[in-house]
Amino acid sequence: MSAGDGKGYLSERGWRSWAFTLDHKRIGVMYLCTTIFFFLLGGVFALLLRLELLSPQARYFSNHAYNVFFTLHGAMMIFLFIIPAIPSGLGNFLIPLHLGARDVAFPRLNLASYWVFVAGFLVIVGSLVAPMDTGWTFYTPYSAKTGAAVTTLSLGVFLIGMSSILTGLNFIVTIHKLRAPGMSFLRMPLFLWSMYATSIIQVVATPVVGVTFLLLAAERVLGVGFFDPAKGGDPVLFQHFFWFYSHPVVYVMILPAMGIVSEVIPVFSRKPIFGYKAIAYSSLAIAFLGFLVWAHHMFTSGMSPLANAIFSFMTFFVAVPTAVKVFNWIATLYRGSITFEAPMLYALTFIFLFIIGGLTGPFLGALATNVQLHDTYFVVAHFHYTMMGGTVMGFFAGLHYWFPKITGRMLNEKAARASWALIFLGFNVTFFTMFFLGVRGMPRRYAEYLPKYHSENVVATIGSVILTLGILAMVWNFVQGLRSGTPAPGNPWRALSLEWQTPSPPETENFHEIPLVTDWPYGYGTKKA
Amino acid sequence: MNSIQSFGAASGEAGKVDAVFLLIAVICGFFFLLTQGLLVYFAVRYRRRAAGRDNETPRITGNHLLEIVWILVPTIVVMAIFYYGWKVYSDMRIPRPGAAEVHVTGKQWMWEIRYPGGRTAINEIRVQRGKPVKFLLSSSDVIHGFYLPEFRVKMDAIPGRITSLWLSPDRAGTFAIHCTVYCGDGHSNMNGSLIVMEPAEYAAWERGAAEAGRADEPLPKRGERLVGASGCLNCHAVSGKEKIGPNFSGLFGSKVPLEGGTTVSADEEYLRESIVDPGAKVVKGYPNVMPTYKTSMKAEEVRAVVEYLKTLR
Repeated sequence: MSAGDGKGYLSERGWRSWAFTLDHKRIGVMYLCTTIFFFLLGGVFALLLRLELLSPQARYFSNHAYNVFFTLHGAMMIFLFIIPAIPSGLGNFLIPLHLGARDVAFPRLNLASYWVFVAGFLVIVGSLVAPMDTGWTFYTPYSAKTGAAVTTLSLGVFLIGMSSILTGLNFIVTIHKLRAPGMSFLRMPLFLWSMYATSIIQVVATPVVGVTFLLLAAERVLGVGFFDPAKGGDPVLFQHFFWFYSHPVVYVMILPAMGIVSEVIPVFSRKPIFGYKAIAYSSLAIAFLGFLVWAHHMFTSGMSPLANAIFSFMTFFVAVPTAVKVFNWIATLYRGSITFEAPMLYALTFIFLFIIGGLTGPFLGALATNVQLHDTYFVVAHFHYTMMGGTVMGFFAGLHYWFPKITGRMLNEKAARASWALIFLGFNVTFFTMFFLGVRGMPRRYAEYLPKYHSENVVATIGSVILTLGILAMVWNFVQGLRSGTPAPGNPWRALSLEWQTPSPPETENFHEIPLVTDWPYGYGTKKA
Repeated sequence: MNSIQSFGAASGEAGKVDAVFLLIAVICGFFFLLTQGLLVYFAVRYRRRAAGRDNETPRITGNHLLEIVWILVPTIVVMAIFYYGWKVYSDMRIPRPGAAEVHVTGKQWMWEIRYPGGRTAINEIRVQRGKPVKFLLSSSDVIHGFYLPEFRVKMDAIPGRITSLWLSPDRAGTFAIHCTVYCGDGHSNMNGSLIVMEPAEYAAWERGAAEAGRADEPLPKRGERLVGASGCLNCHAVSGKEKIGPNFSGLFGSKVPLEGGTTVSADEEYLRESIVDPGAKVVKGYPNVMPTYKTSMKAEEVRAVVEYLKTLR
């Protein structure tokens, strides 16, 4: 530890100081860099898809190449970016700081989880010798028959799932055992509540996907026939297994971003968070309800109408705790003293876009309209509004908010706002257009389409180019900030949570003295209500 | 009602789905305006106007009454939406009595149609206006999705199972059929059409009148028609860019490299064999995915197709 040189945990140099580090902050930073790399790579694939869709006929790529690109786009964004980015990246960095702890409960396990993750994506890179063309959902029997290296890929996803379980376990134990003196559960920052709910889902649901991919590998290698009707198997069974994991996991994706928004909104409105307990408990409610609705992805798969009705009914209940959070965030703004630095712009953007994503959910949850809209671009638009408009905007809010803490340097605020404007505009032009495509009947995963869908596709592609420019501008701003940003004070936003009560960047063991917690971290505002 | 969809409903049931869509749109539109309105209004109204006054905000930490209201109201609203969505859906799952039956088999990458009378077709389903029709869906390889946008209905076609779907067309015309479950390279080309005919026209077609007058049709002409109607062009190009399978132009008479290193001369017998037993000699570099036409094409139809392919030098 070298206190006082202004570099804190970053002062040690050389690759060994990173590769073998047990410091949760360094592991968090490695996760952040890795996942952001995959976000950018997945974005390149998305842009290629959009460019191909400029014309109704296949123009630049073969159908096969298109199918590989959309599979890589989806699989990378889900498994290598959006699931790990906030929990393993920002979560690793922040959880001990938020708790007033020196590290996570199991630092070695933490390092192991990172390297297992790396092993997983290396295996996936290896599978690119025969690139997968199944979509990120790997539906059987197609995935059992295709010539792509699905078996190798399954092993990669298995490893990444294992890493996810290790991280989740570590966080649960850390939150239970390492809270600073005085920090009761109801004094924890809401980001911790969201991470707690997220970790529970990871530990409970991820083994299911591991087993599912093992079954798929067994199907391909040994010809077992779990999913092959010719051998007495059930092709739809895979979908049940897959969504039993993958539906809860959409909450692994969104809950941490909701946690970030719950941190940012009070700081930049100088108001206590409205309805703290409701937000905290709704995270747990969402985690619980998330396990009961998986088959709403399968309303047209031949399940009985009664089963469809039950899953539709349960699905609508998830809307309630989600709506509660949105109302609470908006109420927090009421009579605040609001400023619009980049973290706040992204947090407000999260709410704005997430409302659109949320309010287009009932069209898909209701059976009559689901049957019409399922597997069309309406679904593509809906989940990009929740996953990209929600989670990714929340992630961007977090990156801008904690950039000074992580790097010790400030970002250029003007550049941050300019890139935000491009991203906001580009995002809406791209994805709002897709609602119209879906309502008019264009199915998803189409390399070629009927000419009647042409004009919307051109608009969406123009939007995606604007969005790309915005993201490039944001990345450029990060690189500039890292190289030549002005040194950050310990607490540039004058926030109250514990991570801001240490220098920027923090020392290796976070706190010289473990803090004594006497209040919740949202004590903004002075006047009596 | 039709205008909100921008493409018209083609059955009474589709109109009911549109009504549910509209109902949800009105409810969600209201909440959209309410929440986004408050979000933007608060952000503008309560922006910080003067430096230094940032901590003079009220210490409001919650309000039980408000929170109960905004738990109860969304619960009631979503239950109402669930109810209407379920009601219309369950009505749509019970076929009208007396529905005609059509068997549809999804294959990579075409829809094979069988009418109870034995008539078959590829990618093209003919039904009568006003008469309900029930589709019995299956698949011979992977899962496909049978989707009729104008009728607001969709159902997966699953190997080893029979699923079903029915509709009651009340507008004559030609309507798109799409595959919606990703099924490989030809997924986006797996389109067909539902042709809704006036009853008299339909009766004439059923008697085979549509086929009459073609007995003296030259073989290559007939072959060209069959290639178009049998889904061949979903995977094979006649000219221009290569699709999933080999290009037809210049095929006849050429030396074709096969998987395994041998070559074969593309003569009449090779073309015939490739239509009825596509897996026997697979062209190098192409996936072995073509379904057999053994059952769906008569011998003389195969001959006609071969004669047509011969003209594509």
